[in-house]
Amino acid sequence: MPWTSRSRAIIVTICAVIAIGSLLLHGAAPEKHLSVYSVAANYSLPVVQRDGRDYVGLLEVLEPLGKVSAKSEGSRWRLRYNNVEGYFQEGKGRAKIQGRDADLGAKFYVQNGRGIVPVSSLSSLLPRFLGGPVTLHEESGRLFIGSAATHFTASLSGENRLVFNFTAPVNPTIATEAGTLRMTFSRDPVVGPASTTLTFGSKNISSANYSESSGTAVVTVHASIPVIASFSNDGRTITISPAPSAAAQSSGPTPPPAQTQASPVPTAPAAPIARRYFAVVDASHGGDDHGEALSSTLLEKDVTLALARSLRQELESRGITTLVLRDSDANLSVDQRAIFANGDHAAIYIAMHASSEGHGVRVYTALLPYGEDDRGPFRSWSTAQHASEGISQSSASAVAAELQKRQIPVRTLPAPLRPLNNITGAAIAVEVAPQGSNVSQLIAPDYQQLVSSAVATAIAANRDQLGAAP
Amino acid sequence: MIPRHLVIAVAVLLVAVLGLSVYAWHVRKTVASVPAASTDTRPLAPPVAGPTAQVTLFVAHDNNGSVRAESAQIPMPSGRQERAEALLRSLLSIYLDKSSPHPLGAGADVRAVFLVDPGVAVVDLNGAFADTHRSGVLVEELTVVSLIHTISANTPGILKVKILVDGQERDTLAGHADLSSFYDVSAVNQLAAQLQQGQ
Repeated sequence: MPWTSRSRAIIVTICAVIAIGSLLLHGAAPEKHLSVYSVAANYSLPVVQRDGRDYVGLLEVLEPLGKVSAKSEGSRWRLRYNNVEGYFQEGKGRAKIQGRDADLGAKFYVQNGRGIVPVSSLSSLLPRFLGGPVTLHEESGRLFIGSAATHFTASLSGENRLVFNFTAPVNPTIATEAGTLRMTFSRDPVVGPASTTLTFGSKNISSANYSESSGTAVVTVHASIPVIASFSNDGRTITISPAPSAAAQSSGPTPPPAQTQASPVPTAPAAPIARRYFAVVDASHGGDDHGEALSSTLLEKDVTLALARSLRQELESRGITTLVLRDSDANLSVDQRAIFANGDHAAIYIAMHASSEGHGVRVYTALLPYGEDDRGPFRSWSTAQHASEGISQSSASAVAAELQKRQIPVRTLPAPLRPLNNITGAAIAVEVAPQGSNVSQLIAPDYQQLVSSAVATAIAANRDQLGAAP
Repeated sequence: MIPRHLVIAVAVLLVAVLGLSVYAWHVRKTVASVPAASTDTRPLAPPVAGPTAQVTLFVAHDNNGSVRAESAQIPMPSGRQERAEALLRSLLSIYLDKSSPHPLGAGADVRAVFLVDPGVAVVDLNGAFADTHRSGVLVEELTVVSLIHTISANTPGILKVKILVDGQERDTLAGHADLSSFYDVSAVNQLAAQLQQGQ
């Protein structure tokens, strides 16, 4: 049947509409997602834009983590997670969780019956519901619940071999281009080292960069020769080595094949128990608990966070895997802090405190309360530290000695300071005061670094003893 | 026409009302300008009558973070609990003095001390004690050690001490020193010996 001019026009119009639609869809910005990592599950959620901010459904964030229900009553929205209740109101920037105010930082909205909250508010909201710490990487859309993050260290083994050791198995996609090898971690909760650029001083493998964007982490290795990646140690080790063709041309000495398998970086020796982090650094106080008001503008909780981050950097630079327990301004009870440290079987727990009183640094160990007896296999919560008092005291002495070497006035004392008495492993608290009368020294990066490098050096020097402790 | 005597009576009444108003305004102004008498919030001194006794107080010193033994002659009641309260009030009177080596907030006081056999002491502080206390690990520790060591050194047989605030259990004194558990007196005494050396 011959085509009429009318039917031709209809077909041309349809094709044009499809073509324009495809072009528009292709040109549209990619949908943003929030990647959530937890011990229970890793998942990704769509992010919506309201008032120029990123929002996410709160129910959807909590759903894979526990028993959750929500009910909408007019403009009010009620969410229940396990036994924690939260009340939200559309258009309001504050919510009530367990009867206490929570600041969302922007308005709450109900969209198609779903309560959506600003992504930026998750770091303060979720600890209230979950009772544990969360770490939000807002820029890259990554949220870590509890101690889900996977850390890594990288070190050269010989001239041509770069070994990455991860604290948990990983499965990145690997892409190679001229001069680079890129590992993209889209499902693994990999977090970067203290410095995003690692340099190795090798002419063949010069450096590696860590970056995060759109819910993924990327490690890019820069090499002057073609390289390949191989996995070992159940996915915990990735070895970057010259491609077979390049290996023959490479002028550097090639280690024997036996060394290509999971040659470990000089970290803690194998411990009798599996631990994700060697050290847990606790930024004391946080959220509603401000700690001491060090000055009219300086709160202890802010100084402890800066000190904890500085200590993590110093420890990681010495190859010690470290978790900062409170890496945001979150509420965290002392019991929760102890549960996290004990659950991770960390070799040492270090609580950071700051004070305007006195001079220099005080290093504390637990002053145990009047004894409650252990019952069978169950250890008394209030005196859980009892078995580790010796290792805690030797760690405190080592830290004090290292601080003294750097001319910082230091004193070691027992103190009735929770959660030191609830920690089952080595546990110390470090209270940093200014050396003189100027409280602003507490926020001076060079002073923070001076103290934290001394603490880290002492712990690194005692890592064999700490790692061997039960 | 209004009778003359009625006009005079109304006029007198109006003058009286006006006069009283002026007087009331003046009195009110005078009362407002009198400064309120300052309230002395220091704990009441123990009664001066009765026998006195030589006691040892363990006084915290902020300047070098120490706890030092100081002898004092104070009136001591006959009851064991009352004696413990008198001891701590004497200690607090040092801390609330202008030249205090370890200042406490105005109004800080010990509400009561209960001695429960065998070997338990419960020290009940008032709200002002904890609410106005300075925050910090060492500064709070000095207070706790000073209280416990003073009471245990002068009252034999005490093995553990619990500190309450306004009759209630409280997590910490001012954000650091744990008040949720019983203090082990022997451990506190060892710590006090360490603190007597100062920084």
